[in-house]
Amino acid sequence: MIAFLLKRFLTLIITLLGITIISFSIIHLAPGGPLSPLTEFNPKITPEYRKKLVKMYGLDKPLYVQYWKWLKGIIKLDFGKSFSLDQRPVWDKIKERLPVTLFINALSLFLILLIAIPMGVYSAVKAESAFDRITTVVTFIGYAMPSFWLAIILMMIFGVKLQWLPISGLHSTIGYDEMNLFQKIWDWTKHLICPLFVATFGGLAGVLRYVRNSMYEVLKSDFILFARAKGLPERVVIYKHALRNALLPLITILGLSIPGLVGGSVIFETIFGIPGVGQLMWQAVMARDYPVIMANLFLISFLTLLGNFLADIGYALADPRIRLESK
Amino acid sequence: MKELFKELIKHKIGCASLIVIFILVVLALFAPYLSPYDPFEINVNEILLPPSLKHPLGTDLLGRDVLSRMIYASRISLEVSLVAVGISIGIGVFLGSLAGYLGGIVDQIISRFIDIMLCFPTIFLILAVIAYLEPSILTIMIVIGATSWMGVARLVRAEIMSLKERDFVLIAKVYGAGTFRIIFRHLLPNALPPVLVSASLGLGQAILIESALSFLGIGVQPPIPSWGNILIEGKETLEIAWWLSVFPGLAILITVLAFTLLGETLQEIMNPKKEMK
Repeated sequence: MIAFLLKRFLTLIITLLGITIISFSIIHLAPGGPLSPLTEFNPKITPEYRKKLVKMYGLDKPLYVQYWKWLKGIIKLDFGKSFSLDQRPVWDKIKERLPVTLFINALSLFLILLIAIPMGVYSAVKAESAFDRITTVVTFIGYAMPSFWLAIILMMIFGVKLQWLPISGLHSTIGYDEMNLFQKIWDWTKHLICPLFVATFGGLAGVLRYVRNSMYEVLKSDFILFARAKGLPERVVIYKHALRNALLPLITILGLSIPGLVGGSVIFETIFGIPGVGQLMWQAVMARDYPVIMANLFLISFLTLLGNFLADIGYALADPRIRLESK
Repeated sequence: MKELFKELIKHKIGCASLIVIFILVVLALFAPYLSPYDPFEINVNEILLPPSLKHPLGTDLLGRDVLSRMIYASRISLEVSLVAVGISIGIGVFLGSLAGYLGGIVDQIISRFIDIMLCFPTIFLILAVIAYLEPSILTIMIVIGATSWMGVARLVRAEIMSLKERDFVLIAKVYGAGTFRIIFRHLLPNALPPVLVSASLGLGQAILIESALSFLGIGVQPPIPSWGNILIEGKETLEIAWWLSVFPGLAILITVLAFTLLGETLQEIMNPKKEMK
């Protein structure tokens, strides 16, 4: 187990270095260099001042020196200052938004599991039934649904036509401070229903399909036949023997679905005006705020990597075959 | 290829998706003849008209005919997705076959590179790259292609690895065939079926990404119509013009669904062992 952990940890470090190299290369893709949004179209900036800026950001040094400096910075969570008017440190900007995004994504992951596992298992047990067909239809529509359109349609129905739900923000702006705790929770819930629906629906298709197929395959295998032949009740066969084997690899699938989920945050946070890192990313791209863009890209991919790593370890802990194989 | 087509026609879902895609291609190719109005013509007297006989899908904020704009938009979506998928298949096949055939250190490096690329949520990576480039149709084609090849690469790698030990490769080697000849003449044709499946699925995904980018304002730029950027106006006029949001989204949903189901059907026909659902 220790050898396995060490090996995985080494891969983690190598992949992490790769992420920093790719992120760093993207900074230097910019025509005119990373400073162009600060200096372009700004008549106040003279060539001398520009030179000073280049020196200040260390852009006159060789690339590997710059990379090393940037790397040392991010270890200390120093991503530089934002190009926007407030010029705040990038990390401060991200720090206050990260919990919102993580909270919504964790909640939607929980909802995905809550729906996908029973629905997928039931579909597999009753393969080819009407319920199974519904599951298939849900899966494919989930794959093909443009999440931003789903968001707009939800806003139109529940926000505009029925006026049941608010269509923007995390909580009300007027009168929020006067609410008591329960009113506040209720206010948040109302604001979160639509974004959560969009996030959950987007991620559901893949997991649902996986659970259904995995369970279907396991139910056809020899050891299930054997369990049935022994005369075990169907309930025990399905819930004790089949389910365990079918759901184990789900840990990996969940790890792999993190980038898709987090990527979806850009879309639903932008549409519903939720102050998370997805919205920050979009605003930074529109304003060409390069330090914020790079920090976001790096941090989100780092979190994805960490998620995959934890999923790998979890899987190995749950299934001894894996850690023995990869020795 | 011909037999594959025959099988496809026999299959109910496969046939339906082919018909949808065929209609779309016809609309895109003959857009100037099929669209009832000029999609760029601004008409201040006909702003935000609901669907009627004259304008079957209504008009937008500038009085332009939505149906005509959507027909022209199908051009853009197909163009972008075809080129993007072409690029991603190109990179994926190239890197995948190198890794699969050469193995060893080359395989190690390429596989690690694939793992690294997979850590970036696609939309974040695309946004970061686009921030540095001018948003244009060409940019998004290249960026979508360059960020979606990893699946194909893995697939081709696995396929080539399982094929390269077979006898026909050995015989080709004995006859003095070079590495590239073996890969392109002998191995890749055998790996074609799964690549075809992922191309079809990829077309759908590329259309989804293109429309999302256009909706976010960093893809296809107005006045050039795209299903995604018509929806920008749709969101702004949510309370007064439902037709601006409903129709473009339906077009995206149906198109992506058709490409996805076509891919699934191809998979089922070419690899009967794997179940469809």
